[in-house]
Amino acid sequence: MSQPLLSLKGLTKAYPGVIANNEISFDIGEGEVHALLGENGAGKSTLVKMIYGLVKPDSGGMTLRGAPYAPSEPRVARADGIAMVFQHFSLFDALNVAENIALGMENPPALRDLASRIREVSETYGLPLDPFRTVGDLSAGERQRVEIIRCLLQDPKLLIMDEPTSVLTPQEVEILFKTLQQLKAEGTSILYISHKLEEIRTLCDTATILRLGQVVGDCIPRETTARQMAEMMVGSSLKTPERSGRTLGPVALDITGLSVSSPTEFGTALKNLHLIVRVGEILGIGGVAGNGQEELLGVLSGEITTDAGAVKMAGQPIGRMGPTARRQLGVLTAPEERLGHAAAPDMSLTENALLTGVVRERLESHGFLKWGAARGFAERIIQAFDVRTPGPENAARSLSGGNLQKFVIGREVLQDPKVLVVNQPTWGVDAAAAASIRQALLDLAAGGAAVICISQDLDELMEIADNFAALNEGRLSEPRPTEGLSVDEIGLMMGGAHGMEVAHA
Amino acid sequence: MDLSDIDPIKLIATLMVAATPLLLAAIGELVVEKAGVLNLGVEGMMITGAISGFAVAVETGSPWLGFLAAAAGGALLSVLFAILTQVALANHVASGLALTLFGLGLSALIGQSYGGQKPPPMAEVDLGPLNDLPVVGPILFGHDPILYLSLGLVAAVWAVLKYSRMGLVLRAVGENHDAAHALGYKVVRIRVLAILFGGACAGLGGAYISLIRVPQWTDGMTAGVGWIALALVVFASWKPWRVLAGAYLFGGVTVLQFNLQGVGIAIPVEYLSMSPYVITIIVLVLLSRDKSSAPGSLGRIFHASS
Amino acid sequence: MIRLEKRPQPSRAWSMATPLLAVVATMVFGGLLFAALGKNPFVAIQTIFWDPLFGEYSFFYRPQLLVKGAPLVLIAIGLSLGFRAGIWNIGAEGQYIMGALAGAGVGLAFYPLDAWYVFPLMVIAGALGGWAWAMIPGLLKVKFGTNEILVSLMLVYVAELILGSMSTRLLKNPEGYGFPGSRNFNDYPAGNSWIAQDLGMHWGVAAALIAVIFAYVLLNRHMLGFHIRLSGEAPRAARFAGVNPARLILLCLGLAGALAGMAGLFEVAGPAGQINIDFNVGYGFTAIIVAFLGRLNPLGILLAAALMALTYIGGEIAQDNLGLPAAAIQMFQGMLLFFLLALDLLTNYRLRLAVKERT
Repeated sequence: MSQPLLSLKGLTKAYPGVIANNEISFDIGEGEVHALLGENGAGKSTLVKMIYGLVKPDSGGMTLRGAPYAPSEPRVARADGIAMVFQHFSLFDALNVAENIALGMENPPALRDLASRIREVSETYGLPLDPFRTVGDLSAGERQRVEIIRCLLQDPKLLIMDEPTSVLTPQEVEILFKTLQQLKAEGTSILYISHKLEEIRTLCDTATILRLGQVVGDCIPRETTARQMAEMMVGSSLKTPERSGRTLGPVALDITGLSVSSPTEFGTALKNLHLIVRVGEILGIGGVAGNGQEELLGVLSGEITTDAGAVKMAGQPIGRMGPTARRQLGVLTAPEERLGHAAAPDMSLTENALLTGVVRERLESHGFLKWGAARGFAERIIQAFDVRTPGPENAARSLSGGNLQKFVIGREVLQDPKVLVVNQPTWGVDAAAAASIRQALLDLAAGGAAVICISQDLDELMEIADNFAALNEGRLSEPRPTEGLSVDEIGLMMGGAHGMEVAHA
Repeated sequence: MDLSDIDPIKLIATLMVAATPLLLAAIGELVVEKAGVLNLGVEGMMITGAISGFAVAVETGSPWLGFLAAAAGGALLSVLFAILTQVALANHVASGLALTLFGLGLSALIGQSYGGQKPPPMAEVDLGPLNDLPVVGPILFGHDPILYLSLGLVAAVWAVLKYSRMGLVLRAVGENHDAAHALGYKVVRIRVLAILFGGACAGLGGAYISLIRVPQWTDGMTAGVGWIALALVVFASWKPWRVLAGAYLFGGVTVLQFNLQGVGIAIPVEYLSMSPYVITIIVLVLLSRDKSSAPGSLGRIFHASS
Repeated sequence: MIRLEKRPQPSRAWSMATPLLAVVATMVFGGLLFAALGKNPFVAIQTIFWDPLFGEYSFFYRPQLLVKGAPLVLIAIGLSLGFRAGIWNIGAEGQYIMGALAGAGVGLAFYPLDAWYVFPLMVIAGALGGWAWAMIPGLLKVKFGTNEILVSLMLVYVAELILGSMSTRLLKNPEGYGFPGSRNFNDYPAGNSWIAQDLGMHWGVAAALIAVIFAYVLLNRHMLGFHIRLSGEAPRAARFAGVNPARLILLCLGLAGALAGMAGLFEVAGPAGQINIDFNVGYGFTAIIVAFLGRLNPLGILLAAALMALTYIGGEIAQDNLGLPAAAIQMFQGMLLFFLLALDLLTNYRLRLAVKERT
């Protein structure tokens, strides 16, 4: 066997209370697309940060083409031909594309020369991009192109991609895969991190599977079924949520002709939005984050008020009501951002239970708080949703992402909502917790509530939703029954591939 | 009263002098804020610069050494701010206030023995016949070197921020410190350097008041110029040339109200003296709707979690 | 190498210990400073912190503790509510002045009427004066998004100039032989805030205690206090919880202004006695330190204000006995805030020696 490009030997990294990576060893060959597969919290991020020089291993080492490789900082990694496309983009909204790219290079040429090189590379790889546009105005797919081109301009030997498709429409995924295949053909190795099994089966040559910080196996994805990989990744067989046959009741909530501008600078305005959700229905709203999802949640929670008639609950206009009045009526919401929006990081779980529960759970009288009752409510959430924490006096930020998400969803579900709106309910949550959250939503709908589930995870929506609509650049597509919907149709509802017209301009 | 006693040419020449302390402090703070740090201690650093510059100038007889000491004094005080906000991760607002309170006390302490003294004068730049040109002469030429330095500084800050790699990195750090960290830039180091630069500039601005504009030492003599400098950065939407324009505008207001006091206009002195503060508020109101150009990470605490 | 590591939740123990540590650190460094000024540091520290309480003339100084502490408590309580909500009113000094002017103005308008309602009206006017002055940054922030830090501070300078004008013109004592300054409220029983002057008791002391209890109940038991804390901790979560940010801003600024205004009125109608150019002595700024030193907690503020009052009194004694400059105390107070902010790190972070651990 020829010498591998990068070889990891016994990499170990411990954080207080958790061993993020334990004796990780594997090789990445030249021109190989290598998948790194694992759940949230399996240690994938820590591992790539070590390869990219952001984190130093406690023990173990790496060799690059046989030579010892121990990057002290990303600069060194880049100089050695390692490039990385981040999951949460490392971009600067207020700067333009060329400036952003220059920041990721060691010795960038003058801005004008750089711009022409950007155009060149973007044409070669079919990734159209205008070097002088402000990054904050770009779509998620275009932003990712900025990152990829930034990497490509340095002729990397190894390109690390961290969950690259989570922000892309199916059509954009196809374009990305073509680019990656082209790179592979040119001899570039790719370390591809994902938990999406079908993608890995299409794209990758080999896969290493991580669980709880350890390598638990490797495989050739093309010769392995998705189910086998999933079980290696999770460590047990998964229970898929059960949906019982539901009959849809009368209209619970509807939005008619809603247009609002975004309260944030690089936000997306909602344009002439219509939707109806019925009692007992789960309406899935797909689309890449940043296309108006946050704004839609704000409109429903009452954080953004509109014309009274634009939002109606069972025929009653509620558009002008604030969050408290809507909770009184039974319209509850769970925003995407757990820390800082759905929950206050430094406050205790009791206080966070109070945050939305005060109205429906009657946790106050004449403005005075009933701390005992609030604590009781927090304990009920912890119990019912299996939130792992020593007790309700702990701060929200001390919980892991999955546990906090269970707390946030549980807090709303337990308040007996008439309408529940959730945004990215399982984002960054491990598979077991995700399954229990989905089950809770299904149960809620079966119990006679209307649920709107906004999510980027199309598999999730196909699994639980009755009807599907896509949100794209602030516009919502006509909802269609999920049964029998094909991936291509969904992709087109999501607006196909963004910004491709530039290529032909 | 007689408004014709006010000579417009002299007015412009003096407004430049009146504006220079503000300009120096504001251009320094602009760099600090561009790096994502909100240092509310400008007033404290200015007054510290004012007294350290004054003391050294008096002791050595050299105004140049005085200005050098002022820059060093302002920078030294800003080190405290840097330690608090960048190392101890303290709240920017509270730390800035602490700096101002501390600076006011420290300067009053050092300044005790310097009340009533005269600092050595700084020679004006002699450009020979140019000074004697009508109108432009007194306005453009014949100022002290520090005034020209302040103008040079504005140009330099503008050019560095706009064209240089260093400026790009600085802006990137201020815009999104997490992303800058992910790319491997030393966020804390860059911010500390920016804070030091801001401190030195504020120190120079303070010394300009005590050595050239007034020139003598009194407690609390910066009288809020540091705070106005902070407002000016907002007013200028973080753009160097607008800082210059804004500073000269405020300088104009200050000089004009002095002149009005001088010609005995029928408005009580106190109300004229209020005008710089009131105008600052009005300007802030007019311009605060547009916050879009504020650096994205301004005032946020950075802690690399990994 | 020492590494910082964020605690899963703030440490309660450290949050109580840091103010004490900060005081100790300030004493050490303050001592060094005094030594540098050529004073015996031990004598200086003793003069400032011990003598006012237990020294030979403590019978004279102890009542002063109430006199200096009351305005600090009143102002700091108001500020702490705003600071908790992330509203940075640093112009309490101006609100204090305007409260004093409004209250004194009402009192002087009634002079020499001897009626029971004069003083209550003065208190109301004082509170309104401070409230109105604080409403300027409040309304500007709500309406235009103007930065309240800068506006409230600019208004301090404006208030000082108004004070100057008032003491030399409108409110000047007509029988004052041309000297600046108003009539003295100590000569006007109906408009006087003293309860028992020998003990240092005036209505401001009573008001300060009520304010502490009020703030404690508000923050710990009431919905509004919860919303205030929530807005400071996580503004977005507060909106999500249904808090109206504009109302909260006006409320916090208004309360702080009213309390500062009342503090000013009690001061002018008692300890200071009259409106004059040098009426304000920086309580509004020292109260910022008090608020932080007391960890924005009402009971903590009470203790912190006592300590700060002590440094004021001790500082004056040191000035008389040791020739220590007045500015040294001001610096001392600034230093205290520095140490407090720096040590605060320990509340939210753990310091760890980064030793390589093998597993």
